[in-house]
Amino acid sequence: MADLAIRNLVKRYDKTEVLHGISLDVEDGEFVVFVGPSGCGKSTTLRLIAGLEDATGGEIAIGGRVVNNLEPKDRDIAMVFQNYAIYPHMTVRKNIGFGLRTAKMSKADKDARIDEVAGILGMTDLLARKPSQLSGGQRQRVAIGRAMVRDPAVFLFDEPLSNLDAQLRTQMRLEIKKLHQRVGNTIIFVTHDQVEAMTMADRIVIMRDGHIQQVGTPAEVYHKPANTFVARFIGAPSMNMLSGMVENGALRMASGATLDLGAGLPEGREITIGVRPEDLHPGDGPALVRGPVTVREPLGHETLIYVGAEGQEVIAKADGRTPPNVGEVVTLTAAVDTLHVFDAATGDALR
Amino acid sequence: MTATEIRPTTDALLKTEAPKKPANMGQILRWMLLFLGGVAMVMPIAYMISTSLKWPHEVYNLKLIPDEPHIENYTYVLEDGRFYWWFVNSMIIAVITTICNVIFDSLVGYTLCKFRFPGRYIVFIAILSTLMIPTEMLVIPWYLMSQQFGWLDTYWGIMFPGLMTAFGTFLMKQFFETVPDDFIEAARIDGLNELQIWWTVAMPLVKPALAALAIFVFLGNWTAFIWPLIVTNSVEMYTLPVGLSSFGDEADVAWELIMTGAAISTIPTLIVFLIFQRYIIQGVVMAGLKG
Repeated sequence: MADLAIRNLVKRYDKTEVLHGISLDVEDGEFVVFVGPSGCGKSTTLRLIAGLEDATGGEIAIGGRVVNNLEPKDRDIAMVFQNYAIYPHMTVRKNIGFGLRTAKMSKADKDARIDEVAGILGMTDLLARKPSQLSGGQRQRVAIGRAMVRDPAVFLFDEPLSNLDAQLRTQMRLEIKKLHQRVGNTIIFVTHDQVEAMTMADRIVIMRDGHIQQVGTPAEVYHKPANTFVARFIGAPSMNMLSGMVENGALRMASGATLDLGAGLPEGREITIGVRPEDLHPGDGPALVRGPVTVREPLGHETLIYVGAEGQEVIAKADGRTPPNVGEVVTLTAAVDTLHVFDAATGDALR
Repeated sequence: MTATEIRPTTDALLKTEAPKKPANMGQILRWMLLFLGGVAMVMPIAYMISTSLKWPHEVYNLKLIPDEPHIENYTYVLEDGRFYWWFVNSMIIAVITTICNVIFDSLVGYTLCKFRFPGRYIVFIAILSTLMIPTEMLVIPWYLMSQQFGWLDTYWGIMFPGLMTAFGTFLMKQFFETVPDDFIEAARIDGLNELQIWWTVAMPLVKPALAALAIFVFLGNWTAFIWPLIVTNSVEMYTLPVGLSSFGDEADVAWELIMTGAAISTIPTLIVFLIFQRYIIQGVVMAGLKG
């Protein structure tokens, strides 16, 4: 096990820079999830850590040792690929043992290690099978087993769940999390699915266009997003964004309502107010939004309502039993302390 | 197979009850064309075997069934010491050339496919362009080269032009494209060197292509005629096709013996095909990927 440090990491393909000097410290045993839309540089970062690609600039250190010039095999890492990359011509035992081929261990020790890993993953009965005889989830487990067998300092997961169906994904998510609690190795996990990030991570790294937008615990990035991008990216359905203006120390919304958000807002500045759908509901408070219901999505215990106002659609949560009808004009309100305030120009959080 | 799969589905039951559609004209025409094609393919082989069972005086009689079928030709050919030499020569040459092609073509194909290096494309085009030069044009340079190096009338002389082929390289490169990079990167992380990755990971994944290549190369060399004819002088160095053509004398070609030798010489090709065809049929590459 070891910590991981990234310093000013830059990656350029010809003239296109895809990583613009990112820095990050990952503690020993931490489960860190890189999340972001496709093309944000998260997989590139992972491949740089793995040594599958060379960094253009910056430094990567694993366990205090700079690994930039080391081959992947010398970096003490193991990687699980999106396509699993388990070899179809080998049995499960051979696949799991593949990572030990170059290890200086006796055959008996290797076999014992394979059995141990198979036991942890609940695959002891499947060791003699070929990958074609396994289900998607089992193949994924073989891929994880092959990574585990070497007991690497750092595990790298590259979107390992994205090929699984929804139910299996939830199950594997839980299994990987349990596995981490059991073996305790440092894990870097890349995904584009914010739910995976939220549910699994000790800390989430949100990336966009080759920059880190925010690093924090799931609670931090959810409750204190650093900017509008993070605010929208984390949480489903996405956070609603409303515009307003600071006038005489108070916030004047486009709907006409005036909100007192306390001191500290820049006078005369355009503001974006973020409010999560679960915080926004029909009621009698100050009207953040007022408009007709366009769509209802009943979820049972509650109903999502889409309200058209000021040229955009706002999502709110209404009671599951007596939701407003489509076409009904509603007033949506939220408690002041649930509002997120962003600078409209830069998108950065103001408080 | 599970029990549920054996039970006929409603669809299947309905199908068996439905009246049979009469074959339409298009279908009849298709079958006839296929039948004619089949006859065209089988006739030479049928005549080969038929001729091998005839006496010399019957050879030019086009009857398919000989009047007095006999196996004297087979005993003669098999008891003739030269035939064994030629058979062994052909076998050695075809086997070694096949092994070399499987290794070298796939090594070069793999390199061209999976490594990024300056000039990669030019090398590939250069190899491909050699496909456009007919063998007949190369025979004279090959001969002059063999003469200068003292390779005339040797195994090496017969084999060297075919130890690596542009076609094989191209075939393997295209097939390695179907091997996902994830496999190779995973092996790299697991600590294998590039040669080990090629041999233990990439090669097993392209078995169907290797089998196809092996069949092509083996058949090509087993039946090769022009170059072995030119480069060999002594009867002991002849390959089977060259040797068979020498049966008989200037005045009379012993067709019945040539056909007998030809019939025997098809046996190894059949065996090679039977061994490798199952690898061609099974496509294994995708099984380790997402299900």
